[in-house]
Amino acid sequence: MALKIIIPARIIPSRRAAPTLIRPISADLEVRIRKRFANPEGTFTLNVHFRALAGFTILFGASGAGKTTLLDCIAGLTHPDEGRIAVGGEDLYDSEMRRDVPAWRRNIGYVHQDLALFPHLTAEENVGYGLRELSTSARQERSRAILTLFRIEDLRDRRPAQISGGERQRVALARTLVTEPRVLLLDEPLAALDRPTKSSLIGDLRQWNQHHRIPIIFVTHNREEVFALGNEVIMLDNGRIVAQGQPYEVMRAPQLETVAQLSGFENVFDATVRALHNDRGSMTCQLGSSPVELETPLVRAEVGSHLRVGVRAGDLLLAIETPQGLSARNILPGTLRRLEQRDVIVSAFVDCRGAEFEVHVTLAAREELQLRPGQNVWVVVKTHSCHLMGM
Amino acid sequence: MNWEAFWLTVRLAAIVSTLLLVIGIPIACWLTYSRWRWKFLVEAAVALPIVLPPTVLGFYVLVALGSRSPLGRWWESITGHTLAFTFEGLVIGSLLYSLPFAVQPFSAAFGAVDGSLLRASASLGDSPLQTFRRIVLPLSKAGLVTGFALSFAHTLGEFGVVLMVGGNIPGVTRTISIDIYDQVQAANYSSANQTALLLLILSFLLLSVVYGLHRFGLKRSTWAVGPWR
Repeated sequence: MALKIIIPARIIPSRRAAPTLIRPISADLEVRIRKRFANPEGTFTLNVHFRALAGFTILFGASGAGKTTLLDCIAGLTHPDEGRIAVGGEDLYDSEMRRDVPAWRRNIGYVHQDLALFPHLTAEENVGYGLRELSTSARQERSRAILTLFRIEDLRDRRPAQISGGERQRVALARTLVTEPRVLLLDEPLAALDRPTKSSLIGDLRQWNQHHRIPIIFVTHNREEVFALGNEVIMLDNGRIVAQGQPYEVMRAPQLETVAQLSGFENVFDATVRALHNDRGSMTCQLGSSPVELETPLVRAEVGSHLRVGVRAGDLLLAIETPQGLSARNILPGTLRRLEQRDVIVSAFVDCRGAEFEVHVTLAAREELQLRPGQNVWVVVKTHSCHLMGM
Repeated sequence: MNWEAFWLTVRLAAIVSTLLLVIGIPIACWLTYSRWRWKFLVEAAVALPIVLPPTVLGFYVLVALGSRSPLGRWWESITGHTLAFTFEGLVIGSLLYSLPFAVQPFSAAFGAVDGSLLRASASLGDSPLQTFRRIVLPLSKAGLVTGFALSFAHTLGEFGVVLMVGGNIPGVTRTISIDIYDQVQAANYSSANQTALLLLILSFLLLSVVYGLHRFGLKRSTWAVGPWR
């Protein structure tokens, strides 16, 4: 049933007298969904709740984290198990109300990584594809305007197979933007591009969005893009939002490093934050129950909180005398317990007052330092070799 | 050379392959996109004419068209004569007989269209039907041409079904292959040879066109049925 809003007659003339261009301000995207999905590592449940305002919202996470599943749900190309998706207060999906607007009525722009340009149509026809309801001349006018905005007007008569990767990306973006979507979903649209092309495209996109002010969900697993684009970052891991906020907050949050990323570290310690040094961008962490303290990069954490420190064996130095004049902040005395040769790498296991470190040295280094078990050694750890993970 | 039989056959093949374009596209579309779990049964049924002896098919079509079946009775009530041993009956029999030769290339071509294009089309505001018309059909041109040509060629050469359903009425149901049979029965070998050679060359030309299209241009579909048998 349609709601009728009755406006008192006297208000109408005054509104007409002062025509202001008001775009609907509340065009936010609200997503609260749950959906089981499968990736090569098993079945996960996508369980997210967030709100995206006009501007860029970056969806960051490893592959298989559920990013594409989430976008597909928003676009209506796949169905959530339950929840609600709304744009500007209008429900596109609501499991309780049994509402599910089909993809082609959602007016949500979606540019997939593989672009999916229609191979039998020229660039201009591709761009005009979504403007079916306009007259031929209006369609042509709109398509040409956006082709010009994206600086690809000379390609208009070419087929997708005849244009370069970066140009194809522009055509795909233009094809979606020309339909003036309410929300724009970009699934790693820049992944295949070199850096200059990438930044000029981001520039074009920003410029376009200054006039349109719609929520843009931008999926990436590239840290650089996160900082380049900016506003809000949502960090997704195994279907869950593990962090959300400004790039510098989220990208440095300890939750950022996940179990999957931890697998490359030979040295992993449970640690307790002992002191924060905001002035110099570092903090002191005590390793396990040992008295050893490491100076690590500063993350959002509180004194007394527990986290995990990972250090690669190849990032550590081993010294047989007290090292002096080094920039490294952590110089830990210890005893060499054993040596194991693996191929051309020697793993030296050093006990530093209860914390055992594995250090990789070369065969030549073992010979020259005449390393042997029982020897007193020093392990050198650079602050930025310490990677922090949430517990 | 029996030109009457020749033109009758060409007319039959043209009508049948055109009708199969109309009937075959929705069937192929359903076979390609349906997720019904028993779909394979329909696929098997559509493919039956490939393996079934034409006499078996012809027999059942004859029964179905006869005045004892509902279809036969309905047809008789509006036209006043039965379907069996008429050109219309022949068309119906041939439609069934050549169905897989149209549906399978269509379906293979539809299935070869990249799913991401369909998703892109949906996100750009096209309903599934519009997407089918604007994306799937144009990209399946080669498959459509193949299915049309194969069903045409296949109908051109049919024998068993025609004999069962149509009989051998000159100018009505006597097709070119039956004419050849008649000539041989009458020990009229040179005339049989002329007709047979014409059919051979025509079929070869048709298939050359189909393969040529795949080789030089409309490369977008794979074979589901070879143009053999």
